[in-house]
Amino acid sequence: MKTWFKSGSPWVWMTAGTVSISLVAVLGLLLLIAWRGLIYFWPAAIYQFEVRDQLGNVTTVVGEIHDREQVTVLQLRESGREIDGAPTDLVTRYLVKTGNREFVDLDFRWILETDIISRSQPTNMARVERTKNGNFYGQIEAVLEQGKPVAGDVAEVLEQRIARVAELTDGMADIQHSDIGGINYKLEKIRLRERGDELRDRLTQDRIDDYNAQREALRTEYLGYEKELFALREETERDSVVIKDMRGESVSISMKYVLDVIYPNDMSVLAKAGHWFIEVGKFISSEPREANTEGGVFPAIFGTVFMVMLMAVVVTPFGVVAAIYLHEYAGKNALTKIIRTAVINLAGVPSIVYGVFGLGFFVYVMGGSIDQLFYPEALPSPTFGTPGMMWSALTLAILTLPVVIVSTEEGLSRIPSTVRQGSLALGATKAETLWRIILPMASPAIMTGLILAVARAAGEVAPLMLVGVVKMAPTLPVDGNFPFIHLDRKFMHLGFHIYDVGFQSPNVEAARPLVYATSFLLVTVIVGLNITAIGIRNHLREKYRSLEH
Amino acid sequence: MADSAHNLLAASRVRLIKDRIARYGVTAGGVMVLVALLLIFFYLLYVVFPVFRPVTMEQHETYAVPGTGKTLALGIEEQNEIGFRLTDDASVVFFAARQANKGFNPGDIVSVEQLSGLTGELIVTMSTPASQTYAIADEQGQALVVRPDFRVTFPNDVRQLTPFVSYPLGEEPLQVDQQGQPLKHFVFERGETEATFAAVTADNRLIVTRLLGEEDFMTEEIEWQAEYYAIRTQTHDIDQLLITPDHRMMFVRHANLVDVYDISQPDAGISRLQTLDFGNTKLTYMDLLSGASSIMIAEQGGTVSQWFQVLTEQGREFTRIRDFDAGGNVSIMTSEFFRRGFMAGTTDGQLSLFHSTGDTRLVSKQLAEDSIDQIVFSPRADSALLQEAGQISYVDIYNPHPEVTWSALWQEVWYEGYKEPDYIWQSTSGSDDFEAKMSLVPISFGTIKAAFYAMLFAVPLALAGAIYTAYFMAPEMRTYVKPTVEIMEALPTVILGFLAGLWLAPLIEGNLPGVMTLLIVLPAGFLAAAWGFHKLPKNIKQRLPEGWDAAVLIPVVIFLGWFSFAISPTLEMWLMGGDARGYITNELGISFDQRNSLVVGIAMGFAVIPTIFSIAEDAVFSVPRHLSNGSLALGATPWQTLTRVVLLTASPGIFSAVMMGLGRAVGETMIVLMATGNTPLMDWSIFQGMRTLSANIAVEMPESEVGSSHYRVLFLSAFVLFIVTFVFNTISEFVRQRLRDKYSNM
Repeated sequence: MKTWFKSGSPWVWMTAGTVSISLVAVLGLLLLIAWRGLIYFWPAAIYQFEVRDQLGNVTTVVGEIHDREQVTVLQLRESGREIDGAPTDLVTRYLVKTGNREFVDLDFRWILETDIISRSQPTNMARVERTKNGNFYGQIEAVLEQGKPVAGDVAEVLEQRIARVAELTDGMADIQHSDIGGINYKLEKIRLRERGDELRDRLTQDRIDDYNAQREALRTEYLGYEKELFALREETERDSVVIKDMRGESVSISMKYVLDVIYPNDMSVLAKAGHWFIEVGKFISSEPREANTEGGVFPAIFGTVFMVMLMAVVVTPFGVVAAIYLHEYAGKNALTKIIRTAVINLAGVPSIVYGVFGLGFFVYVMGGSIDQLFYPEALPSPTFGTPGMMWSALTLAILTLPVVIVSTEEGLSRIPSTVRQGSLALGATKAETLWRIILPMASPAIMTGLILAVARAAGEVAPLMLVGVVKMAPTLPVDGNFPFIHLDRKFMHLGFHIYDVGFQSPNVEAARPLVYATSFLLVTVIVGLNITAIGIRNHLREKYRSLEH
Repeated sequence: MADSAHNLLAASRVRLIKDRIARYGVTAGGVMVLVALLLIFFYLLYVVFPVFRPVTMEQHETYAVPGTGKTLALGIEEQNEIGFRLTDDASVVFFAARQANKGFNPGDIVSVEQLSGLTGELIVTMSTPASQTYAIADEQGQALVVRPDFRVTFPNDVRQLTPFVSYPLGEEPLQVDQQGQPLKHFVFERGETEATFAAVTADNRLIVTRLLGEEDFMTEEIEWQAEYYAIRTQTHDIDQLLITPDHRMMFVRHANLVDVYDISQPDAGISRLQTLDFGNTKLTYMDLLSGASSIMIAEQGGTVSQWFQVLTEQGREFTRIRDFDAGGNVSIMTSEFFRRGFMAGTTDGQLSLFHSTGDTRLVSKQLAEDSIDQIVFSPRADSALLQEAGQISYVDIYNPHPEVTWSALWQEVWYEGYKEPDYIWQSTSGSDDFEAKMSLVPISFGTIKAAFYAMLFAVPLALAGAIYTAYFMAPEMRTYVKPTVEIMEALPTVILGFLAGLWLAPLIEGNLPGVMTLLIVLPAGFLAAAWGFHKLPKNIKQRLPEGWDAAVLIPVVIFLGWFSFAISPTLEMWLMGGDARGYITNELGISFDQRNSLVVGIAMGFAVIPTIFSIAEDAVFSVPRHLSNGSLALGATPWQTLTRVVLLTASPGIFSAVMMGLGRAVGETMIVLMATGNTPLMDWSIFQGMRTLSANIAVEMPESEVGSSHYRVLFLSAFVLFIVTFVFNTISEFVRQRLRDKYSNM
């Protein structure tokens, strides 16, 4: 034993252990996020519990099991619960999501294993996904059309009616966003033009009349759309569905709130899997509902991707040029040393400091000046002098600049100097050598740098909280109104979505699965990007290793 | 032939020019990086700078007192354009206070308003500055309450101020003294439906008169009902009176004493609460600071002391907090409208500007030859009017951030209402009278604490891991481990923060004994596994290729992790009576936050590990092989070679790795934002949270008003972060460069 210790082998094992801990932690973390994120879309079974409360009354509780945990009898007693058994005994309790928010005090409740008299999975139990008040659980009794029951198979009729309402709502959303949104946008434009004329002292009576005529035209158009909208809205209110809830009462829910109805207890594994894919698709492609705690994350995905692309456009040229300077042009002097230190420091400055700088310099100084020069008619309400898409992209571009520089420089340094010398010996100038020989060879490295920069930017939240991200953006930064791309707008972001829904939302319990799903999405994108970058880099290394010999 | 040569030459000239352009362009691009860094540095500095700019006070325009009569009170409106005097011939004279291009020269009379209903000699008092209301009392003990007001109009798009006088308590004088005696001193405060006068009459009675207003339903005018109270007092030489704007307290200064009276319910009796005794020193003046929690008392000789109520064993008592030096006998004092600043003028014409909580005399200047008669702040405290011997001067004051001083940021400050001096960060509140408390100490402390716990977790794991990976691990396994660590580095901190706050924190809270067990069980488990492996028969042992020990230990880690959590409830029962949280709070007396330093340490440690790991791994890996080979050849064991040769050689690199990690931990935002309670506490306890500089910026920056002291202090904290990480990074880069040079020589 003593010699074994003396050999140092146990200490080697200890150091090996730390690597194992790190590996287990990373992989465990990724698995945790994946598991929690993906299970969110799996249709959970709906249970019906007969529960006896402390007074001996028996109630029926219907819902999904959201979570379960083991508590000791002692802990229960301390929380004021009378229960039999030794203090150390463990009791299981379930967190049941009962939905039906408008009829119960809390849509989540804890139920003790010992209180449950019976537990079943009744068939025909429906989970109704709604636009308001979360899910509803119960047994569907009838579908009403203008208050009268519709004949036929309830499930089938319901499906048709849901499709009908979905179509109507789509139409309504279309009118609201494209048509009415467009009119509002044009009205605002007219107001600004008028104000601009006034500021430049060229607001003549002709122009005023012209603007008023345009306004009048838009207003008539608007009234037309409004009428259409009201007609559609009335249509959606025609049907309703009657559901028997867990209190045994029949509740009528207007069809316009119903998004989807499924019967998880009656579904086969295959059907559930199919539904899982549909849910994933909906999550990615639809808008959030109910203060972001339900629905999809499409605007957040769009905002993240668009911002990151914009940033890539800015950061790539600067990063590549700086790397070329450092590797190809810079002499061995103090300036080079200082610039290298600057790169390292830029990489090490906390991201929040970039946010502060972006807010102060980009938003208030640059944005403020742009507003003074180009948008005086909109003042005092700022156009670019407020956090927005463009400033976020610029801020993140400085933040990710070192990533691109370091990666590109590494690529440049792997290109054997014989290649450069060959090109120069054949009479090419340095610029030509760079442009024709070095850059094409270094392009995968530049790509790697870009991917890493994108991955870094996609996960960065702290600076964005200051320079442009909001929890709920009414419009996307790209839409059908001229000039189509609106860089002054605020946007939604996946990372901020996680922070906001996980920590600022009123109903954290209900929102948590959604946060896991969003996290999983973000992690997938970032890990995917990183693995791609690592792959490219390794491939490059191999390639140049063979070149060198 | 010559032609083509010429062409060739021309073409090559173009090429050369292009080459040169490329050279300049690329160089400019390279320098851009430096420019970006410098821009950040100087912009942050530029925003912070006004906070530390010296305060100035310049006498700009001086002119003869406009209008007739003797000045009883002076005032100036918000834009510093029009000043006004209340005179002893019962008029309000509005005049141009400074050159403002409105067709008036400084000192020109804009308008004069004659007040009616007052007879004989008059005296004036001003209520709390923010209300801009004055009361004028006459020989018959009656007072008229007036408010010089300004109407803003825009004829022809030019802003124009029209002064007028409004009468908040009606145009009829109100009887202050029931017996109709002239008043020697009097003060007054008014609220929506009540007003309080306190006065000393010519026959030396100390009286309090309270007016209660009732709205007449027909005319919607307020009818005032007066209630008269007299205070029995022995003193006949009262020098000054003050009452607080909430009508609760009255201060009476006479000789070397200040009596504090409770006048909140005069019908239940007016009682003396406390007497502030100054011994043999005579008092010369006193004034209330804005917010009316503090009273400033000037003594003979020029010492001005600040007093406010502090909770002591005898209840709330006025306590002497700090002293200022006015440089001479104070003849007059006035306080700012909204901030805790005040001015004191001396009998020899010296004027000094102070800030109470900043604990500083900001500026002091000889502005008059003789005693200053009248001095008043403008509402925004960026100017003052001063009267001295028949002349009025307009004084320009540059003092935007008096509350931010080096001592206020980094030293204990005794704020109003607190028991003792303390470090406090509390930047906003719902109340108007609120004073922002901006000490950077608690949040800097939080930053250090968070970084400390993160490093405590990360450094051993990362360094040991790096050493193993670089020195012992099989190359094939290394090709898997390194990318995994890189992915670990790429994980967005918002996700780590979310998991820490919503998953890890409850998990740790519920399994505290398990987590503690894990700390002991893991190393022990590794040793046991190593011993077990050591004892295995040789032929099995040889099946495992060298350098794969880490892979063998993965199941061990998983098993031990599961085991620790599985026995956690049992342990909790045994050791802590079934309730770990309650045990810690009640038995150990440590308060327990769910989101505490332990959670932050683990989550942020997780974020820092890859940074330290990859740099340290590089350093160890690039130690020249011939060094370790030599050591091994001389008979040292691999472990000896590692500790005595490799680590020593790589130690600068390892140091730089730790510095880099520290830099990252100090600046990390999202994890601390989400995994702590964000309360600015000063406590090393592992079971409590903290607020860090970075999280503080993230929380408060969006709500802070541009250009305010708060905004600039947040920039200052960003600047501090910038400098700290700059130092860490530069040191670590410097060390690394040195190391690289050294290796290349070996």
